[in-house]
Amino acid sequence: MKLKLLGAAGMALFLAACSDHANKNVNTGAATQQVGPTPGSEADLVATAGDRVLFALNQNTLSSDAKATLDKQAAWLAKYPQVHVQIAGNCDDRGTEEYNIALGERRANAAHDYLVAKGVDASRITTISYGKDRPTAVGDDEASWAQNRNAITAVQ
Amino acid sequence: MTSSVKPLIPDDDADRLAAAFGRRGFMGAGVAGGLMATPLFAAGAAHAQAAGDAEITVDQARTAPIPIVLPSLGSGVAQQITDVISADLGNCGLFRPISASMPQGTPDFGSYKSMGARAAVTGKVVDQGGSLRVEFRLWDVVTGKQVQGTAYTAASQDWRRIAHVIADVIYGRLLGEQGYFNSRIAYIARSGPRARQVTRLAIMDQDGADSRYLTNGQWLTLTPRFNPANSELAFMSYANYRPRVYLFNLNTGQQRLLGDFSGISFAPRFAPDGRSVVLSVTRGSGSDIYTVDLATMARRQITSSGAIDTSPSYSPDGSQIVFNSDRGGSPQLYIMSAAGGDAKRISYGHGHYGSPVWSPRGDLIAFSRIANGSFSLGVMAPDGTGERILTQGFTVESPTFCPNGRVLAFCRQSSAGSNGAGFATGINTIDITGFHERALPAGSASDPTWSPLNK
Repeated sequence: MKLKLLGAAGMALFLAACSDHANKNVNTGAATQQVGPTPGSEADLVATAGDRVLFALNQNTLSSDAKATLDKQAAWLAKYPQVHVQIAGNCDDRGTEEYNIALGERRANAAHDYLVAKGVDASRITTISYGKDRPTAVGDDEASWAQNRNAITAVQ
Repeated sequence: MTSSVKPLIPDDDADRLAAAFGRRGFMGAGVAGGLMATPLFAAGAAHAQAAGDAEITVDQARTAPIPIVLPSLGSGVAQQITDVISADLGNCGLFRPISASMPQGTPDFGSYKSMGARAAVTGKVVDQGGSLRVEFRLWDVVTGKQVQGTAYTAASQDWRRIAHVIADVIYGRLLGEQGYFNSRIAYIARSGPRARQVTRLAIMDQDGADSRYLTNGQWLTLTPRFNPANSELAFMSYANYRPRVYLFNLNTGQQRLLGDFSGISFAPRFAPDGRSVVLSVTRGSGSDIYTVDLATMARRQITSSGAIDTSPSYSPDGSQIVFNSDRGGSPQLYIMSAAGGDAKRISYGHGHYGSPVWSPRGDLIAFSRIANGSFSLGVMAPDGTGERILTQGFTVESPTFCPNGRVLAFCRQSSAGSNGAGFATGINTIDITGFHERALPAGSASDPTWSPLNK
């Protein structure tokens, strides 16, 4: 997964242009980049575990990469039991607006269920879907679409 | 708008034209809402006349737009009214307006005939100080007879509406079907960078005039849908990061939450009787379809497949619902009773289907189809037969029928390319035959929904 190579600082800048929650939370992390992410913050989650998992076209199946990321998220959440997160599901724009709202929620739900199965209390995780309306990558090509089929975990 | 209507000239000869021009006479061809109170021909005599060679149908007009002489009704607002009538008639593709000078008295039909015209308009606008009186006559050039004579009086600021009503009368009298020009389109106005577009609920006349925002763009807002009374929109808002369906009252500007669901509620549509809204609600990895009674807010779940069931749309008689579901493994169109129960798949073409909407005529379902990474917009019969693709593109979705079912508005988007720079989104209209696609001047926009005829 390409995004892993970006590192925390790159990811933070990248995220600043993304979803409402990512934007809100990453600013905190970016402000503390000089001394490393604040423990338990969004930036810490990004640096420690990675905040997102990607999906294949029209799928909500978790790949081995995705499961590895979610395993790290579960461990991180175990370390910071006071932290609540919201998982936002997103889609590429090769589906209809309404179907994609449900498909994004299905992806968020897949990540949610995996974290719960790994012991994270369900009351700490909410889900939302932005369908195809909050793309991470603004292009329309295979690389962009691959990035936009995701579930992004954001600290609340 | 306050208005009064009275015939200028009761015209027995209109009977002959009614029979000659209309496919089934003109019963029921009036404009809704009392603007045109009565047909001006005498019922009964019309059917004594044989329908002659002059009969014009919508199908024929698509091939050969009806040439109609439309002289300026005057200067100032009178010219503006003329321009709106001309644009309505010309833009629908079924008429060819011809400019001319306003005749003194009865038109010179001989010269109109030599210009190839089939029909002609005469009239004038009288400014009554705060209100306008628009006198309008429609003539059959072939017989030299008056088809209709009507005077409309309305507040001056409602001049556009008078123009649309007159265009609807011309459409109705010459084609034998109700026009749709006196109607509106609600939509989502979009601005800002693609990754974080500002979305506002907005409304405009069907020709793109008089557009205005209804919400301020603070929250992501999608999928407005009119109620049958034309007074309320159901729509989806992400207000407070809780995506749910709300109702927007167009008379008061008030918004209210529709129902209280634990999941995301989305994809609303009103029932044809206006008493309930059908929508979908996410649950687990799928979404269920519910109805919500607007008087009691009682909700009823009508699907529970566990898959994604969404985009429900009623048949015009309210007995059936077409919807989008991936219960069979990929997004396809299904039909079920409005009460729920067994669903029958109706889409079998190549690719995935979505955003179905039932025509107000009942005979067609419009949809998006996605195959090989690109979209098509099409129609099929409710039993799934007769699928026809009307137009294609990178994204063409969210079809919505005009009130008489002859035209669809939809969202057309271009590919953003590799860096996002190519992205554009707008609202287009297209005849249900696939003829005459054109862009509406709505700017950056999506999610059109066509209103019923204005009152």
